[in-house]
Amino acid sequence: MPVTVGVLGLQGGVREHRELLEHLGARASLVRAPSDLVGPDGLRVDALVLPGGESSTIDKLIRLFDLFEPMRTAIADGLPTLGTCAGLVLLAREVVDPAPGQRSLGVLDVTVRRNALGSQVASSETTVSTPLGPVQVAFIRAPVITRVGAGVESLGTHAGEIVGARAGAVTGISFHPELTGDVAFHRELLAHATRSSRAA
Amino acid sequence: MGAMTTTLGSPLVKRGLADMLKGGVIMDVVTPEQARIAEDAGAVAVMALERVPADIRAQGGVARMSDPDLISAIIEAVSIPVMAKARIGHFVEAQVLEYLKVDYIDESEVLSPADYANHIDKQAFTVPFVCGATNLGEALRRIAEGAAMIRSKGEAGTGDVSEATKHIRTIRHEIAVLKATYEANPDELYVAAKELQAPYEIVREVAETGTLPVVLFTAGGVATPADAALMMQLGADGVFVGSGIFKSGNPAARAAAIVKATARFDDPAVVAEASRGLGEAMVGINVADLPAPHRLAERGW
Repeated sequence: MPVTVGVLGLQGGVREHRELLEHLGARASLVRAPSDLVGPDGLRVDALVLPGGESSTIDKLIRLFDLFEPMRTAIADGLPTLGTCAGLVLLAREVVDPAPGQRSLGVLDVTVRRNALGSQVASSETTVSTPLGPVQVAFIRAPVITRVGAGVESLGTHAGEIVGARAGAVTGISFHPELTGDVAFHRELLAHATRSSRAA
Repeated sequence: MGAMTTTLGSPLVKRGLADMLKGGVIMDVVTPEQARIAEDAGAVAVMALERVPADIRAQGGVARMSDPDLISAIIEAVSIPVMAKARIGHFVEAQVLEYLKVDYIDESEVLSPADYANHIDKQAFTVPFVCGATNLGEALRRIAEGAAMIRSKGEAGTGDVSEATKHIRTIRHEIAVLKATYEANPDELYVAAKELQAPYEIVREVAETGTLPVVLFTAGGVATPADAALMMQLGADGVFVGSGIFKSGNPAARAAAIVKATARFDDPAVVAEASRGLGEAMVGINVADLPAPHRLAERGW
């Protein structure tokens, strides 16, 4: 049976993740309400993607639609998760330069600075060296990681800043492999999902 | 390790920001305070301008790019992307806006056109552009010039959603027809390109994929949560709300309600809850009562 990956589908670059996951042979399902994530028999997904978008908007929407706590619990309990750009901001323990009242799930022990690489005219396409090999990606008004907690691995740098981190099955990256179609991080997520569903 | 190339302002990078705005609401604001209200309500971006379209309509005269002081103050006030408008064909206003580091430029029919023949050569800029369109041919001509995002025009400053409905339906219908033509008789695409008055390569791309190569938002006349959900159900990727928020009785509540209804546009329970107790909507003008010279959607070609 193919792995099912939930893609948080309230706002942002949802379609690109979905297409990439389906291209890799996974099932992608949109998470727009708590029942999309958790059913009567437990979790409905083997992994989760938090897409790019406007992090302050997505934060409001997941609280408004009662997804904040179920997502936090599921990820803290080991649900393999990939967050890109705004998704990294959502995963972070601490956010610098938040919008007023902005919160994060706090499930990845890093500090993230929003829009640290500048406005849209500084957005770029480039290659980043990572433990998964060089990846071709886009940075869009991207955040950076200013602190990596104990037991968290840094995944690469760009312009002298840390732009990715992982701890166990939770990975957060500043950039967008889903815009360029680079499959390395999604393949890694599916590998985690397969391992954890075998273990269950 | 080899040298790594970093490219700014590529089509992918320009279109990429629009991709990240999908499912969201972009709000017109005329002061830093309004920008903060929009951010608090969950806007994905704000459009900084001196007068909302309803006031441009009421006051008349030539409408131009806003004062750089105002745009800079709005950029300072919020953490979300800031867009600003340049007049159609006014590439120097666009240069100024790029220098001010706005995140997107709207080459907009809401302002008075500066050139009645040429639009801005948007390929020449690092900053991305969004342009209005009333039909597929117009959208594809703007994309050929370098637009990285399209918004259907609607009729700005009216609070009447009928033109927005017409334009998004027209664009979606023309795409469906083009795709069907391509599947049945691919050799007819050359004539289709002639009729659409758009380059063959882009016409073919749309025919093959059945979608625009850039994000499609709607604008012009959206005033309620249900209006926004209507646009989304008709296939928009997101909505612009201009006068509809800050010309209403309770802007903060209305803005948040439109954000909520846009995100969960397919759930009537959410749209119903979002619609409760919002107070006065903007009064509005019926598009049918507007004399033809006052119809903004007819600007641009």
